[in-house]
Amino acid sequence: MSDPAITLYRLQACPFCERVVRKLEDYDVEYHSRFVEPMHSDRDVVQRLTGKRTVPAIVDESTGVTMSESGNIVEYLDATYGQRQTGGA
Amino acid sequence: MDLPFDVVDLPDTDHPEVGDRAPDFERPLVGTEYWEDVSLSKLTDEGPVVLVFHPMDGAFPATYIWNEIRDRGWLDRDNCELVGLSISSPYEHTDLLDARGVDARLYSDPGNGVAEQFDIVNDLDGMAGVEEPRPAVFALDEERVVQYAWVAQEWPEFPDYDEVEAAIEAL
Repeated sequence: MSDPAITLYRLQACPFCERVVRKLEDYDVEYHSRFVEPMHSDRDVVQRLTGKRTVPAIVDESTGVTMSESGNIVEYLDATYGQRQTGGA
Repeated sequence: MDLPFDVVDLPDTDHPEVGDRAPDFERPLVGTEYWEDVSLSKLTDEGPVVLVFHPMDGAFPATYIWNEIRDRGWLDRDNCELVGLSISSPYEHTDLLDARGVDARLYSDPGNGVAEQFDIVNDLDGMAGVEEPRPAVFALDEERVVQYAWVAQEWPEFPDYDEVEAAIEAL
């Protein structure tokens, strides 16, 4: 049993995070969730990864990509995993 | 604690004993920076684990137990990882870690299903619909086999910390 390549840093009930979750589910991509604190100043783990304290943020070990901002993440997921769906159709 | 009256006895249970394999479960495991779903077996795969069940965060036994864990240096040992478990939410666990000043991890199990798996459910009188685990300590090896088990027989009751320490040293 191997861990999913993608780790999603998220905040409970954050709509931008849910947007990314929906995209991951659309593309049937496995991911592992890490929930962070509502207080911005307490999000050191995200800051160390991306240089910012915003969520969502993802780490994709299969491509070596670490990024934040839901718009960027959705674009990245479309480009990286969106093809898989149409590939076999 | 010597009190001039009898404290409440808890009924016998069929909890895991020394030599039994502890049930596996997966719950949010809360650290100082984030929480994530982690199974007990994933922890034991990395080394022996001491699993401490305690009353909900904020109740004085939770405070006393974590102070003792901190002061005895059980979180600094490299032969095992000590993790807590209570029915409190991840947010409350984060506050507990901060208030006790410890860098540790605790499982959050509001539904009390893990206590059911271990047969150590404690129904709370006067709190309708709320139950939690009895105070309990299980020391597990890498195969999740119980090396030491203590489960409260009275309410309230605290672990024998010297006994737990000896069990930790033997892991």
